[in-house]
Amino acid sequence: MNVALLLEMAAQGMGDRTALRWPGGALTFEELYDRARRAAGWLAGQPGDKLVYLGPNRPAFPVALYGAAMAGRPFVPVNYRLKDEDLRRIVARTAPALLVADDAELERVAGIEGLTALSISEFMAAARGAEPIRETVEQEDGIAVLLFTSGTTGEPKAAILRHHNLSGYVISTVEFMASEDGEAAIVSVPPYHIAGISAVLTATYAGRTTIQLPHFDPEAWVSLAREAGATHAMVVPTMLKRILETLEARGETLPGLRHLSYGGGRMPTAVIEKAMALLPHVDFVNAYGLTETSSTIAVLGPDDHREAFASADPSVRARLGSVGRPLPVLELDIRDEAGAPLPAGEKGEIWVRGEQVSGEYVGRKAVRDDGWFPTNDAGWMDEAGYLFVEGRLDDVIVRGGENIAPGEIEDVLRLHPAVTDAAVFGAPDEEWGEKIVAVLVADGASEDELQGWVRDRLRSTKVPQTIQFRGELPYNDTGKLLRRTLKQEFVAGSRP
Amino acid sequence: MELKPGTRLKSSVCDTEVVIVRPPREQVTLECGGAPMGGEAGAGLDAAHAEGTLLGKRYVHEPVGLEVLCVKPGKGSLSVAGTALTLKDAKQLPSSD
Repeated sequence: MNVALLLEMAAQGMGDRTALRWPGGALTFEELYDRARRAAGWLAGQPGDKLVYLGPNRPAFPVALYGAAMAGRPFVPVNYRLKDEDLRRIVARTAPALLVADDAELERVAGIEGLTALSISEFMAAARGAEPIRETVEQEDGIAVLLFTSGTTGEPKAAILRHHNLSGYVISTVEFMASEDGEAAIVSVPPYHIAGISAVLTATYAGRTTIQLPHFDPEAWVSLAREAGATHAMVVPTMLKRILETLEARGETLPGLRHLSYGGGRMPTAVIEKAMALLPHVDFVNAYGLTETSSTIAVLGPDDHREAFASADPSVRARLGSVGRPLPVLELDIRDEAGAPLPAGEKGEIWVRGEQVSGEYVGRKAVRDDGWFPTNDAGWMDEAGYLFVEGRLDDVIVRGGENIAPGEIEDVLRLHPAVTDAAVFGAPDEEWGEKIVAVLVADGASEDELQGWVRDRLRSTKVPQTIQFRGELPYNDTGKLLRRTLKQEFVAGSRP
Repeated sequence: MELKPGTRLKSSVCDTEVVIVRPPREQVTLECGGAPMGGEAGAGLDAAHAEGTLLGKRYVHEPVGLEVLCVKPGKGSLSVAGTALTLKDAKQLPSSD
């Protein structure tokens, strides 16, 4: 089912509800549908076989996403924060294509072979004035979106999300028109992130208004959330941390906010506990998912949060650090290296299967013939079915034959009062194969003291052999800690 | 007519349109308002199948595992071999996007 049908249904069932609101304007679902149909009608006469979008979260984003779907062309949002050289290399891979760019970005992508570039202003003029497309172009197994993965490991891969993956995800997890009139979610996740795509689709189907903030900034976010009456919000962990700091500095809360979902990276327990203390009236939802799974595959809901937060039982309390339980519409296993399922409590790789799972890239399929997709994420499940994600399998440290997840050590280090941020990774070691290295943002604690802190709370084999201190840690712009960058720098720095 | 996931079908007697979400395990004919969907317009709405369809609701026929989504509502109601499809329960998942 083409994702454009989600918008067609919204226009039909709740056309006069506000779909988008941004500083300076608004569009109803009916108007958004009309813009998308006109954009599609215009697109049909343009060169290329894909629509590349280079810009932030603006009205043109959903118009282009749905317009491309109606015209039967894959929508390819690309990261405008990339350096010129990386950006041009990725854009060149999309040829032949039509590229729509933020007016300020246009110059950066000029003269790439097979690409016809124009500005978002020109695109939106077409979306207002062109003849609407008569009918959505239906394709057997058509591609809705190509998303370049964040590339924390090497050259970005182009993940393929087909219409049936995305629409399957939406109709199996969201009830049509479930939002109450007046619900509005503030979204500043960029279009080139899977959460940015799924936010558009699920808000359309639920009938929820999206308040667009083009670029995240904690001051602007807090002000807009208050002024525009946001009842819902979706953030990545680094955003939440900065939002809380802003609220504390201003001495404010967010009285209108009822629901906040987060995901896209590991949430430090200290941050979510602080959020729950500062915003007790808010329902928190932790969502775990991957680009290759069309967004969420496990959720920790509001009741799970409250129960864990209030519990004296350490195993229940620990669930605040889990990603909740797998969605009932899919299957999820923890498997060993040979691909055999493991029982509760044992660590392995997370595998998933379901309609929303694509597990497919341009030129390569990672999904198995039986539909199971090995995620390359390490994790385990407790007896009650709560899933704990420990990061990428590639990040697992193998020290003297023992597999050690960096996330567990980072969590313990972050609990130390002097530590504000922590990264742990493995570095080559002659004796152990790999040794544990920690890079910390910390004020006033010695290496000895911090090693003792870890030793008191975890096994001695998990104590970092080396601890370094820095002013800040590197993250990509969607909140993923770049352990690999630190590791490369560390290894380069320790060569004789 | 083969009912494949994603296939969109129109009622021949009212405005109803559905999309196949889960295909049937065996070949069946999906009817709306008492007449086969996707057929020639002509027959009138059968009063025994006129409960109506609701936009955005999912309907199931458990004996063959068929599930459809109503993408346009109408006056007819859905059936397979005269047996009415039932409304699928609403989802209870917290919003995560």
